[in-house]
Amino acid sequence: MSVSGITETVQYLTFKLGEEIFSLDVAKVREILEYTNITKVPQTPDFMCGVINLRGSVVPVIDLRLKFGMPATERTVNTCIIVVEVQMENEDIVLGTLADSVQEVVELEPEQIEPAPQIGTRLNTEFIRGMGKQDGNFIIILDIDKVFSNEELETVQGHGSL
Amino acid sequence: MIEQHIATYREEANELLTELETSLLELEDSPDDADLIGRVFRAMHTIKGSGAMFGFDEIASFTHEVETVFDLVRNGKLAVTKQLLNLTLRARDHIKSMLDADLTSDSVDRANGEAIIAGLRQILPDATPAEVLQQKKEKHSEVEHATDQQTWRIRFRPHPEILLGGTSPVALINELRDLGECHVVAHFEDVPRLEDLVPEHCYIYWDIILTTKCGIDGIKDVFIFVEDDCDLKIDLVDDGTQFEGDEIYKKLGDILVERGDLSPVEMRRILGLQKRFGEMAVAAGALTPEKVQSALVEQQHVKNVRQERISQDAASSIRVPAEKLDLLINLVGEMVTVQAHLSQTAAQYANSDFISIAEEVERLTSELRDTALNIRMLPIGTTFTKFKRLVRDLSQELGKEIEMETEGADTELDKTVIEKLNDPLVHLIRNSIDHGIEMPETRLAAGKPAQGIVHLGAVHSGDSVLITIRDDGAGLDRDAIRAKAIERGLITASAELTDKEIYAMIFAPGFSTAAKVTSVSGRGVGMDVVKKAIEALRGTIDIASVRGVGSTITLKIPLTLAIIECLLVRIGPSFFVLPLSCVEECVELARTDIENSHGRNLANVRGAIVPYIPLREQFLIAGDRPEIEQIVITGINGSKVGFVVDSVVGEHQTVIKSLGRMYRDVKGISGATILGDGTVALILDMALLLQAAEASEQASA
Repeated sequence: MSVSGITETVQYLTFKLGEEIFSLDVAKVREILEYTNITKVPQTPDFMCGVINLRGSVVPVIDLRLKFGMPATERTVNTCIIVVEVQMENEDIVLGTLADSVQEVVELEPEQIEPAPQIGTRLNTEFIRGMGKQDGNFIIILDIDKVFSNEELETVQGHGSL
Repeated sequence: MIEQHIATYREEANELLTELETSLLELEDSPDDADLIGRVFRAMHTIKGSGAMFGFDEIASFTHEVETVFDLVRNGKLAVTKQLLNLTLRARDHIKSMLDADLTSDSVDRANGEAIIAGLRQILPDATPAEVLQQKKEKHSEVEHATDQQTWRIRFRPHPEILLGGTSPVALINELRDLGECHVVAHFEDVPRLEDLVPEHCYIYWDIILTTKCGIDGIKDVFIFVEDDCDLKIDLVDDGTQFEGDEIYKKLGDILVERGDLSPVEMRRILGLQKRFGEMAVAAGALTPEKVQSALVEQQHVKNVRQERISQDAASSIRVPAEKLDLLINLVGEMVTVQAHLSQTAAQYANSDFISIAEEVERLTSELRDTALNIRMLPIGTTFTKFKRLVRDLSQELGKEIEMETEGADTELDKTVIEKLNDPLVHLIRNSIDHGIEMPETRLAAGKPAQGIVHLGAVHSGDSVLITIRDDGAGLDRDAIRAKAIERGLITASAELTDKEIYAMIFAPGFSTAAKVTSVSGRGVGMDVVKKAIEALRGTIDIASVRGVGSTITLKIPLTLAIIECLLVRIGPSFFVLPLSCVEECVELARTDIENSHGRNLANVRGAIVPYIPLREQFLIAGDRPEIEQIVITGINGSKVGFVVDSVVGEHQTVIKSLGRMYRDVKGISGATILGDGTVALILDMALLLQAAEASEQASA
């Protein structure tokens, strides 16, 4: 059983959040950075880590672990920032997501991908495009555009202490 | 390719339309100014000509009708009247809408265009049927398009009897003068001795050097009725094309030979005498002084024309799309950041060579930055013109007599700032006209002249521009505003407010004291929008008003949006910057001061009480407050407010970066900037921080 909408063999970048393996369509990934200083913007939700200086432009960074209800990312030597391009209201936005470690780029055929189960992933299934299988491991394929859907990002107002 | 040309045409036509509007409005004040009429005519002519070239046939044919009328005006056959100007302004708007119609694919109101043309035809004097005129114009314009500026040598030698036919050679020469730049030399050598002179005969002939666009046909047209009564010789001496860098024209001798005044043999013989050729030729008796003079004039004239052409080419400007400029500014911004990093690193290494390189880069970068920012500077006058039109139309609609004065139209501001200023200014001027200036009868009764004045001025002041909108109208009604504010619950009835605080009420959303809503204003939307727009430009608004005398609104706008001077401060590990323009002073805040103030956030600054906002608490930044903190005291909307930070780092020049969509709803942070060492500092929006603090205090009280 395959997922409708995934018809071609696509390359995915896999990365770890805690012990779980997640992946993103490589076409969405712009670059991977080492962890650098992140400037926190006051009065914003916790999952919005702040902003970094990416060669002169200011790029926001998100902690996906907090977003997915896991404990906050602890900084290790493997921690990196994956810079992705997200579509939001037909506008491309560049932002960074924290990952505990980046694994590899894998190629998955449509038949290797199954739809996400309704329960058991501890994640909002809307964020998941499918579950990939590789060497007996499950890879959660994220729909990054959905993860950063409007309502999610524009909830900034009202948080913090005003 | 063709699309690009069309876009260029549109741009140019828009510029011409703006110029047309300006000239028309000026023409209203001085209807006899031939120069202005000429400008109107030329603008329309170009719109028509290039319109036809790029397939805007409708524009071309419509403009042609208007142009026809102005041709009559130009020739003094029609006077400039208010009616004519009204129609022409309407015609201008119609052309504009036709220009825009292609872009928006809206259909153009043809009936409107026809009504304008019908109106114009009505003012045409009956003696000149439009048709005839049309043909004549058409021919004329074709010729003009066929050639560019050319210089001609004309020898006009009328037959002695020419005066008997009623022809005036002077009139013909004057007609030539109208065609372009012209030098005339008269030759008198044929004038006989007095006893032989027939008073009715013309003994003089002329050499005329003319630079014109009209071509040989245009020149011949001048002489069309005297062709049989004169000897006419027209030669092209300069065809308008660029010469290989030299503006030097032919030698005198060559000119004379070419004219047939001197044979080549004779020239060489005279040349052998080795004196200045002109003098020699005269001395040798081969030429009269006039002939030499005439040739010299030709030499000078062509030389001038060519010199002018070269300097015009050198001073020419190019069109650049705005995005390219924005890109340049962005790059310069990054350059400034990198340069700051370089200077910092150089200072660490204490290597004198390295430091001198860093200093050189610093100097170059600041020059580059100033130049790049300067490119985007435009005189604010372009928008002023639009307002003249606005004032004119509105005052007619409302039956008021209003004159608009402008001052400082050449004050330069960043292009984006000018664009964003347009709407707020329109609103403020509308307000002045509708609420400020009274009806003529009321004004006369109050002992003021019937005609009201709206004054719009711009002047530089430090790194800001002050824009003032002043009217001599009724002024703000302090009591009415106060009553309304109490009615709407904005203030309590017992509140003691200064004039400034009361006037500030008009910026509240939905606030209006107008008894009735007119088409112009009174709905209460607007002033709050104006305020928001000005604040978005990081500017401030100040109102001063005297009842019965008038009001003045002053906008203070920063010169540019891209780079600001600011104060860098630190709270715990985070850096923040505050725009320096609002910062007044920094004072220390010791822990004992906080304890003495019993939990109130008030500081005693030289006897004055200044409220402050502890940013560490406001931003929930973890960590202990240092023993001695700093209060940065700022002036916001006329009142002093302090912001408490851990330490003040110093002045800093900042390139403003947007925080992007994700953070657009964050209150109190207006952007970010990158410091020399690559860390990101946030730019504080003090006015919003103050609002937030006020709101939370009111909520808890």
